[in-house]
Amino acid sequence: MLETRGLRVVGDRVLVDGVDLAVAAGETVGLVGESGSGKSLTARALVGLLPRGLRAEGSVEVGGAQIVGAAERLLRGVRGRRISLLMQDPFTMLNPLRTAGAHIAETLPGRTSRQEIARRLAEVGIDDPAVAGRHPFQLSGGMRQRVALAAALAGDPDLLVADEPTTALDATTQHEILALLRRVQEARGMGVLLITHDLRVAFAVCDRVAVMYAGRVVEQGPGAELAAAPAHPYTSGLLGALPSVERAMERLVGIPGAVPRADEVAGVCAFATRCDRVTAACTAARPPLRPIGRDRLTACVHDTAGPAGTARPPLPETALPTAPPVLRTAPPVLRTAPPAVCPAGPAGDEPLLRVEGLRKRYGAHTALGGVSLHVNPGETVGLVGESGSGKTTLARSVLGLLTPDGGRIRLTGLDVTDRAALGPRERARVHRLVQCVFQDPSTSLNPAMTVGAALAEATARAAPGDRIGVAELLELVGLPAAYAARRPKALSGGERQRVAIARALAVRPALLICDEPVASLDVSVQAHVLELLRGIGRDLGTGMLFITHDLAVVRQVAARTVVLLKGAVVEEGTTSAVLDAPAHDYTRRLVAAVR
Amino acid sequence: MAFVARRLAAALLLLGVLSVLTYALLALAPGDPEQVLLGPRPSTAESRAAVRAQYHLDDPLPVRYAAWLGDAVRGDFGASLYSREPVTRVIADRLPVTAGLAGYAIVLTLAVGLPAGLAAAMRRGGPLDRGITLSALVALAIPPFAMSILLLYGFAVTLGWFPVFGAGETFAERVTHLTLPAIALATGQAAVVVRQMRAAALDLAGQDYMTFARARGVGRAHYWIGYALRNTALPVLTVGGLLLAANLTGALFVERAFGLHGVGELLVSAVGQKDLPVVQALVLMGGAVVVAVNLLIDLAYLAVDPRVRHGAVAA
Repeated sequence: MLETRGLRVVGDRVLVDGVDLAVAAGETVGLVGESGSGKSLTARALVGLLPRGLRAEGSVEVGGAQIVGAAERLLRGVRGRRISLLMQDPFTMLNPLRTAGAHIAETLPGRTSRQEIARRLAEVGIDDPAVAGRHPFQLSGGMRQRVALAAALAGDPDLLVADEPTTALDATTQHEILALLRRVQEARGMGVLLITHDLRVAFAVCDRVAVMYAGRVVEQGPGAELAAAPAHPYTSGLLGALPSVERAMERLVGIPGAVPRADEVAGVCAFATRCDRVTAACTAARPPLRPIGRDRLTACVHDTAGPAGTARPPLPETALPTAPPVLRTAPPVLRTAPPAVCPAGPAGDEPLLRVEGLRKRYGAHTALGGVSLHVNPGETVGLVGESGSGKTTLARSVLGLLTPDGGRIRLTGLDVTDRAALGPRERARVHRLVQCVFQDPSTSLNPAMTVGAALAEATARAAPGDRIGVAELLELVGLPAAYAARRPKALSGGERQRVAIARALAVRPALLICDEPVASLDVSVQAHVLELLRGIGRDLGTGMLFITHDLAVVRQVAARTVVLLKGAVVEEGTTSAVLDAPAHDYTRRLVAAVR
Repeated sequence: MAFVARRLAAALLLLGVLSVLTYALLALAPGDPEQVLLGPRPSTAESRAAVRAQYHLDDPLPVRYAAWLGDAVRGDFGASLYSREPVTRVIADRLPVTAGLAGYAIVLTLAVGLPAGLAAAMRRGGPLDRGITLSALVALAIPPFAMSILLLYGFAVTLGWFPVFGAGETFAERVTHLTLPAIALATGQAAVVVRQMRAAALDLAGQDYMTFARARGVGRAHYWIGYALRNTALPVLTVGGLLLAANLTGALFVERAFGLHGVGELLVSAVGQKDLPVVQALVLMGGAVVVAVNLLIDLAYLAVDPRVRHGAVAA
């Protein structure tokens, strides 16, 4: 139904280099890759909607019609009826000025009727026909994604390309949408190409999975077999980097290095520079995808794996990149348990952070309805909740970025509920007590400032005589000192997040608030950053409030976990107790959604 | 509907402030108020007493203001000091020409500006875009009076296609008479609309929902009208409305150049003749037009954007 041969996407340079894919009717194929692998461009090329300045080469056939180089008029006939694209973000994918019903109606074949629209909504699990009259802003993310799916399916396409359809959604909603996609696909006998960065999602829903790396497919095969016995070192690396939700891993292993540009590795194995098994054969020529047993293809020249059963460990021991060595050889000055830094240290058993009955309302919406929690010195507490649960409001309150309506926040015994009420000296002290790492390092770092300048600015706020040099800070987060001269733009996502962490550590805070610090990072990078944060907690004795939606991440970093739902704590306990034996219904649903 | 009520209240408040400022013109004018209000008439003891009585100048200021405002609300701004006619009639005589010119100009502005801006955005970086952007810049740089002279010389004097002077009597005459002035007025404004539209459309082109619409095979006409035009309507409406308000009150250069007896022309001569009642009425009318147009823009937002309608975003 869909067949691509040697699909290339070319702009100023080659971005996608030779993708061969086939999707048959009734089949779900996964296309997995990290950011920069070219998977989204591949999706765009399939519907002939590449961004400006890019063009496709090779062949893309959809139901016999050639897409590459086709006239817009022909493409209009193909799009929606033969092939349709569901995009990532339900919050931007729907026209804000049109109702849900209008989105569906505009591509329905034949005459549109109220009944037909209601039927289409019911197909995607919306039983209330009144939703047709609602505008996107009146619907939740999950509802929007359902409406978008109904709109994408309105023209009854034979093939649906779903580009990260669940990435912007909460864990429980993700689960529902994936199940819905599967159900609709089976009911319609439609082909689905599911593009995702999430290996678990791909393995859970797809019949076959293709792994993309640096603009090409490096491995392909049935999902279960790929998971059990990866036949390409990149796939094994990805699997090894995946944090487990079931157990805390001794060491989180990322893949060393960064994804190369597709044009730089055109004639060699794209993974060679990051692979520990590299031989002359890897760089002599580009290894083609070769069959290795039933339905399995790999682009690795080595006999890494046969059919399932002859699996080998994800990565040989020698490949394990070590955590930044600095952490273990940290100068004594860095190791001082930071709470000792503040003059009025914790009295007795006073925790580092104590939040009591915190309340915050935005108009009619209750963001926090009396939340209490505490973080002990040197302890990492996970704060889990979906969007709208109030976890970010809590973080901002503790940071003094907003003033709560009620309740108390105490840091080492000091009442910091209302920052405006503090004197300048106290405020400076609080500033040194608590720091933050935000989700997206590409927006939390000033693009005009070099890394060194950003860090120097941060260290200048530290107590005199307690300052850490820029080079030391960089070393602390495992970056070479030469990075001080670079600007954020010249760094990869993971490196930027390391800089953001270094900046937060510059004043040697006793408490670090991490607001989804790895949510925008790729799996292989995420492992590095998580390992770094764990090291900081362990070796520097920094207490952490770790906000995340990802239970696997919580399992790896947090000793205790607090579950937040609609502005209230619904469950609290040691991480293993909360995740292994969830007591609250909501926690149980969360855990079920990732299993 | 709280939105409409709030906007109406704000508009009324604005007009109130404006009326105070307008009335203050009398107090601020140099010389005695009697002298100002006597205008060109001979200043004798009787005439001064008559004026004092007519304008209640012996009453305290707030009372005088209240009396003036009461008259003004009923449409009575007194009589022109110059022509002795009621101010309202003086303005009413001039209004049709200006309204015709302003309406004509705004139609031309939108008819040229919208498609040109959209076309430039769609061909971003191409020769068409560069051509349109450059033309817009040039059009913006030529002041309306210079444009008026160019047009007069080219199309009225040299080619003789259009009349040189006056506003015409019948509807057809009116249209031919107003064509050149409207073009002169619309040139710079169309350039503003082109830039607005181009920016709005460029912003729009990057939106996921536009890509999603194409990926679902939404028809071409629907894509352009239902998506592109409707979603860019709001910023362009705002600019269009403000331009219309400016045309209604301040097209004086063009009116002068084409010998049109419009409101702008009236304002210039009234200021020249120190005809205070006329100036007051015109200032208040100008303010009322701006306030009314802004109110209309707000209502248009209400009609176009459901988020405003449902109070989801602060307007």
